[in-house]
Amino acid sequence: MSTAGDQLRVVASGEMAPAQVGAALAEVTSSETALRRFLAGLPGVDQVGADQRAAALATRSIKAAAKAWAIDTAISMVDLTTLEGADTPGKVHALCMKAGRPDPEDPSVPPVAAVCVYPDLVGVARSALGSSPVKVASVATAFPSGRASRAVKLADVRDALEAGADEVDMVIDRGAFLAGHYGRVLEEVQAVKAACGPAHLKVILETGELATYDNVRRASWTAMLAGADFIKTSTGKVAPASTLPVGLVMLEAVRDFAAATGRLVGVKFAGGIRSTKDAIRYLVLANEVAGEAWLEPELLRLGASSLLNDLLMQRRKQRTGAYAGSQDFSVE
Amino acid sequence: MPEGRLAVNKTYKLYVAGAFPRSESGRSYPVHAADGALLANAALASRKDLRDAVVAARAAQPKWARTTAYNRGQVLYRIAEMLEERAAQFAEQVARSEGLAGAEAGRLVAASVDRLVYYAGWSDKLAQIAGAANPVAGPYFNFSLPEPTGVIGVVAPPGSSLLGLVSVLAPVIVTGNAAVVVASEERPVPAVTFAEVLATSDVPGGVVNLLTGRLAELAPVLAAHRDVDGLDLCGISEQDAAALERAAADNVKRVLRREVAPDWERRPSPRRMLHFVETKTVWHPIGA
Repeated sequence: MSTAGDQLRVVASGEMAPAQVGAALAEVTSSETALRRFLAGLPGVDQVGADQRAAALATRSIKAAAKAWAIDTAISMVDLTTLEGADTPGKVHALCMKAGRPDPEDPSVPPVAAVCVYPDLVGVARSALGSSPVKVASVATAFPSGRASRAVKLADVRDALEAGADEVDMVIDRGAFLAGHYGRVLEEVQAVKAACGPAHLKVILETGELATYDNVRRASWTAMLAGADFIKTSTGKVAPASTLPVGLVMLEAVRDFAAATGRLVGVKFAGGIRSTKDAIRYLVLANEVAGEAWLEPELLRLGASSLLNDLLMQRRKQRTGAYAGSQDFSVE
Repeated sequence: MPEGRLAVNKTYKLYVAGAFPRSESGRSYPVHAADGALLANAALASRKDLRDAVVAARAAQPKWARTTAYNRGQVLYRIAEMLEERAAQFAEQVARSEGLAGAEAGRLVAASVDRLVYYAGWSDKLAQIAGAANPVAGPYFNFSLPEPTGVIGVVAPPGSSLLGLVSVLAPVIVTGNAAVVVASEERPVPAVTFAEVLATSDVPGGVVNLLTGRLAELAPVLAAHRDVDGLDLCGISEQDAAALERAAADNVKRVLRREVAPDWERRPSPRRMLHFVETKTVWHPIGA
């Protein structure tokens, strides 16, 4: 081994013996300088190539039985989300009922993965869901901007957990990240991860604010090095939200991280996914880039609200042959 | 044509959401003139094109219904203006499609323009014949008003390629409905050109969507589509209508069956407009 930088780069390339990986990762996260050197050493993303590959995969045709499977899989991956200032307990309750039984007329429709709400409504969601397998996810850490002190963010997380959240969706400090203070971002995710305990931590990168694919790759690695269980594209409050090329870059990151460390990190696509076609494109992308192991709700989520109705409409179309109406399913 | 100049042939496309897309299936079918000569290759719409058209119509309908009746009348009149300006082109296309003499075709085009003006005039007057101020036993005003049904599927008449189309389309949209029209399968050329008139006449995108293709493929999907609120089966034969009516019953569509031997040149009546409106009744206290 010549320099620390080379050694760290080998981690990312996945060519290191497992025993050495732990030590190398500890080394990477030991100081801001080491982390910066590691992130700067990650190979750059070929932007045109990523756009092209994502566009090519988006043209893949999924029909008939494969489509039926994809629709059910996508439904089971939905994080049914409501993140509005106007959210009421009644709305969250209705959302939870829909999450457990998306199509009241058809018990064969699987429940969604989780409902995603603000921390103060976690209690409502928890009691509405009861013993249902649907998880309660809560955004925290001063969502969506993340502009608050660390003490406030951690209090936000504790609040959500005490109310019964199974999963926490945190936002990274984009300001610190863009200013190059990667260490601060890392520490913050580590602190939130520690506060989460057994609860799943999803780290929102807000890729629409990160400007370049290289930054997306660096932010993905930073979050994973800090112990994220999931990396998530965006809050849904910033345009552009989730796009296919960004999804591709993030899926490559989790694939490389799994190759280097053996730990599988999940990916959640959120924002702007409204149609069944979009959802299936993300499934294709995950399968082709990260691998079949990711086609599980434990490792892939779709954060959405209106998507579920489109999936249900498509599902009913497949079953009955007639296109469903816009008023056939409840609107939350 | 000057020596050495390449022929510039027009691509006949669909009209969906205010744009002119090709069929997503990439298919087309040959259209022949009445004398058997090849007239054009028309887009052969698929079920998915129809679905997209219904989505576009559903999205456009509420705003079109909110437009004032007076304004909708103006838009219809504008269609008439644009059609009038291109009368010669339409006369030629109608003549070739239907195998008519030039003067006869010109008369049909003029009748089409007049038909649009006729329905344009009705836009803010229909409420006077279809609405009422009802006497009630209490200190209330009680009004009944016609409101648009929503998204209407229209199967255009097979024979009358322009006048027939205008005669079934205008009464649907003038009251604030949005339409998904399946043009005459054998004679779609004037219909596609009419879509170009619509696109340049202040008709909001999506209010009229026009598909060309096989009736046998499109009509059953249109009839069964649960986001369509009404169905005009003008272009469907008596024996095929029953099955479509059964499919339409699933979400209780209003269905208008074909008249026996329709005469499109006959003076129209407001009846067609009244098929695709719903009556809303409002109570209001009179006060002191």
